[in-house]
Amino acid sequence: MALLEVKDLQVYYGVIQALKGISFEVNEGEIVTLIGANGAGKTTTMQSIIGLIPSNHGTVIFDGQDITKVPCHKLVHAGLTQVPEGRRIFQELTVYENLLMGGFSQKDQSILKQDIEKIYERFPRLAERKNQIAGTLSGGEQQMLAIGRAMMSRPKLLLLDEPSMGLSPLLVDQVFEIIKQLRDDGTTILLVEQNAGKSLAISDRAYVLELGEIVLSGTGAELAASEEVKKAYLGG
Amino acid sequence: MEIIETLISGLSSGGTYAMIALGYTMVYGIAKMLNFAHGDIIMVGGYAIYTTMIATKNPILGLGVAIIFCMLLGISVEKIAYKPLRGASPLAVLITAIGVSYLLQSTAQMIFGTAPKMVIVAEMGNMEIGALKIPYYIIVTLVCSAIVMVALTLFVKKTKTGRAMVAVSEDRGAAQLMGINVNRIIMITFAIGSALAALAGFFMLMKAPSLTNTLGAMPGIKAFTAAVIGGIGSIPGAMIGGLLLGIVEAVTSKSAAIAPYTDAIEFLILIIILLVRPTGILGKVRREKV
Ligand SMILES: Nc1ncnc2c1ncn2[C@@H]1O[C@H](COP(=O)(O)OP(=O)(O)OP(=O)(O)O)[C@@H](O)[C@H]1O
Ligand SMILES: [Mg+2]
Repeated sequence: MALLEVKDLQVYYGVIQALKGISFEVNEGEIVTLIGANGAGKTTTMQSIIGLIPSNHGTVIFDGQDITKVPCHKLVHAGLTQVPEGRRIFQELTVYENLLMGGFSQKDQSILKQDIEKIYERFPRLAERKNQIAGTLSGGEQQMLAIGRAMMSRPKLLLLDEPSMGLSPLLVDQVFEIIKQLRDDGTTILLVEQNAGKSLAISDRAYVLELGEIVLSGTGAELAASEEVKKAYLGG
Repeated sequence: MEIIETLISGLSSGGTYAMIALGYTMVYGIAKMLNFAHGDIIMVGGYAIYTTMIATKNPILGLGVAIIFCMLLGISVEKIAYKPLRGASPLAVLITAIGVSYLLQSTAQMIFGTAPKMVIVAEMGNMEIGALKIPYYIIVTLVCSAIVMVALTLFVKKTKTGRAMVAVSEDRGAAQLMGINVNRIIMITFAIGSALAALAGFFMLMKAPSLTNTLGAMPGIKAFTAAVIGGIGSIPGAMIGGLLLGIVEAVTSKSAAIAPYTDAIEFLILIIILLVRPTGILGKVRREKV
């Protein structure tokens, strides 16, 4: 059984239909990527899975439970979380406080402390800057913080919306490396990316989204080799 | 000596303004709305004190009842009138708040009539230190509001709920992703704001014992001004704005020639500060990151 199952999801913004009934699934232990051009509906998909945008039709099943109408703040407890597009860390709080917010659902203080230490181990840069106001971090550090903050809730499935956006090539490689590590450590990943080459390379499976519809799907390698994908997303 | 007396009295009435301004600023920061009915919560608190004192003659019990009643009222107003309008245009919410304000004032008038009620919360004399002579109510107000401001600051900085309030005010969606129940945080915000309004009502009755259904109207507007001067949405800003207005008021009221223009001077200060710093003293210019 799939960990996440999206069935015929439709979302309207007013009269404009942003998602025209998309269906896909993510199995436990996979990295699954949605690629697509600007405005294809990737962020809309991510936000409506997690309940930040209401869907108009369709169902979302997570871990065997229908979460279509479950409010966003309850999904963290179920093991689903998201690094949103643009990171959206809490700029006025310190690095440490951001991580605390990430562990908001964790009632056990000692586990909370341990988890923060684990994040510091994974991202030593954050440990060095734990008392810095997060708004003053560099873009790369903010992305690490956004990922670290999301990991604080110990998600089964992590949704990542364009984690490489705005980062230098070196940092982009680092982010993809982190995503692979997270998966190897047991977190299932649903990734949205514009960087089709790098994301397909680490993906078990992928879907291509165009104007609110899934037009192609396959393993990462299959899509990376497909003529259509090459032409549209890999610049050749 | 007179300068010190004036300053202390200014800080004291500033403390009252700060109590009210905090309600405006927290609700604005967290629920993103201007609650123009906030001033009327003060008035409701006043009548709660009055009613309790008729029954028991105990002003402290009166304050306790007022705080609890106002908290419940604030929460109910939010649930019934504002919550259904989440996501509606700010203008619709504003008009609703003005409607709630009239509703509260009219209801109070229906129950208690138009004649002012005398509410003597306590007969207090003056405190004399050397040549200083300061009425006790001023000291009580000053000390209590200082304690409340420190407590609130610690609450916001050090507690989980307080940090959740900061998170919600900065980015409601991201806060939800953390597992924060935004509705619950908004409810808590209204409860705190309303409790502070009840406290402000108590301070006002200590100063001047006359109670009518418009008790909260002018202080409400003044405190809103204070919140904007300090930077609406900012908790320390509301404190600074409130204290500033209190001091200005105390100073201008010293001169018979200037005293009639006190309100005008305060609003002039608002205009000047907004011209120099449109976000208010501590208001943040939001950096839009793409
Ligand atoms: N709040 C909104 N109101 C109206 N239309 C919206 C809204 N948000 C998104 N849209 C529209 O829905 C479509 C899909 O947007 P979405 O943000 O999901 O795209 P995306 O694939 O994430 O794009 P990008 O790669 O640029 O982030 C776009 O046409 C967009 O203009
Ligand atoms: Mg997007």
